[in-house]
Amino acid sequence: MKVKQISIFLENKKGRLYEALQVLGEANINIRALSIADTAEYGILRLIVSEPDRAKKVLQKVNFVVQENDVIAICVSDQPGGLSHVLNILQQAEMNVEYVYAFVQKKGEKAVVVLRTEKLEPAIKALEKAGIQILKEKEVYCI
Amino acid sequence: MFWNKEIETLSRKKLEELQIDRLKKTVKKVYDKVPFYKNKFMETGIKPQDIQSLKDVTKLPFTTNDDLRANFPDGLVAVPKGQIIRLHTSSGTTGKPKALFFSKKDVDVAADQMARCLIMSGMTSEDILQNMMTYGLFTGALVMHYGAEKVGCLVIPAGPGNSERQISLMQDFGTTTLHITPSYALYLADIMESMGIDPIKDLKLKRAFVGSEPYTEETRKKIEALYDIDVYNSYGLSEMNGPGVGFECGEKHGMHLWEDNYLVEIIDPQTLLPVKEEGQVGELVLTSLNREAMPLLRYRTRDITSIIPGKCPCGRTHRRINRITGRSDDMFIIRGVNVFPQQIERILMSTQRVGKNYQIVLDALDDITVRVEISKDMFDGNMEHLVDLQKEITGKLKAEILVTPKVELLEPGSLPSFEGKAKRVIDKRKL
Ligand SMILES: [Zn+2]
Repeated sequence: MKVKQISIFLENKKGRLYEALQVLGEANINIRALSIADTAEYGILRLIVSEPDRAKKVLQKVNFVVQENDVIAICVSDQPGGLSHVLNILQQAEMNVEYVYAFVQKKGEKAVVVLRTEKLEPAIKALEKAGIQILKEKEVYCI
Repeated sequence: MFWNKEIETLSRKKLEELQIDRLKKTVKKVYDKVPFYKNKFMETGIKPQDIQSLKDVTKLPFTTNDDLRANFPDGLVAVPKGQIIRLHTSSGTTGKPKALFFSKKDVDVAADQMARCLIMSGMTSEDILQNMMTYGLFTGALVMHYGAEKVGCLVIPAGPGNSERQISLMQDFGTTTLHITPSYALYLADIMESMGIDPIKDLKLKRAFVGSEPYTEETRKKIEALYDIDVYNSYGLSEMNGPGVGFECGEKHGMHLWEDNYLVEIIDPQTLLPVKEEGQVGELVLTSLNREAMPLLRYRTRDITSIIPGKCPCGRTHRRINRITGRSDDMFIIRGVNVFPQQIERILMSTQRVGKNYQIVLDALDDITVRVEISKDMFDGNMEHLVDLQKEITGKLKAEILVTPKVELLEPGSLPSFEGKAKRVIDKRKL
């Protein structure tokens, strides 16, 4: 129940983020969720897209440094405390959360959130046990 | 084994006595015979008799590349023209070449010190040397050739190029020793592989002398492994007879510099004063003590190195210098510290997960930024790993250059790729 995310290394150069998104746009790849982690000198752009494998290829073709990673996508009730409840579950299970970011669009009443923990399998188990809805690849790529 | 055991193992005291004797003669000679030097002495008020000990060498004027060019072609020659028997030139990076003249004795001294080097590496008269350097105006091939003839080994004057002929010469005549550029040595191994020749099994190679272009310790090891041979580092410059000025012994730890023929100084290229302690890095300055046609005082080689303190287990008393780590022209000063781009390059090369391309930016606030490309394979999408890499490089650089740099990680291919002498330092302080 893992979902593919692509991570793109971005150096601190004007327009580089735009270029990456433009490449995907021109290839008709839809971006479902996006997050940027950066320092003053460089950053990582993380994306959930409609076709991760193809996205990786088109980006690499124009010399972006790209890596595919697995992440967890879950549905969280779109109300105060929804996300903190999830994080609490993971904390109880002693799972270290590396990062978390939300989807651009909503799915009905729920918000979709992307999570990456150090170890994915036990985190998935802990979340399932707590009754959190974990999304499958197909569901995520075409939200 | 020694070519001239007495000279090579002369006690330091006797060696220094020999040096001062030869220094005095050299100084007297250039004062009398070379107007350029006489004028320099007059300007500074120095007389030949002011030179009484080796320490007095610092009173003498330097000789630079520019001086050689300004005195082109023969302004620095100290003997009558009839005594000159050979011309070599050294091409600089800019402008006119430098003309270098040899007397009969100079040719012999150059060959003799080359012979010391060859015997030091274990060569004997049974060896077969394939000399794959360019014969011509460049000193490299000819001085090696004469030195090897002195040793009495068979010399194959192959010159460079024509790889298939090179390989068949090796096969037909049982070449044991190569004199070759490092890049050609690497290339030739590829050619052999494509021809189905195993250099280890099918050839009789024992050693190689590589030179005439800079190379790293890694390249040396690579050539050694490819051919299963010993590769010896050497140091030479045409202004000082060509190859064989310094050479490694079997210890392969630094190059013995023939101090009966050269007076060695290491100076701070900024202050032009000798470095404070033996072993400190600086610019190598050489005074020829045994050149007849064209002696040079305190010639600034622009090469950055250091003396290795202490005795060598091989028994030779001539001190050793470390491999050349850069050119003094490349040096820059950041917050009062002398830094060579090569110091930074060495750190980056020794760091996994970064590429070979880099750039150094010095800005108005006297900050230094080192920009380096990450290698494609290192990127795993984890921010922490990038931060760790950045910290690792910053820490190593700080330990080396004593200033904390800003380290930027770049995408592979984003820096202009350089060939040869690269312009890697961008000094915005001068703009
Ligand atoms: Zn030695």
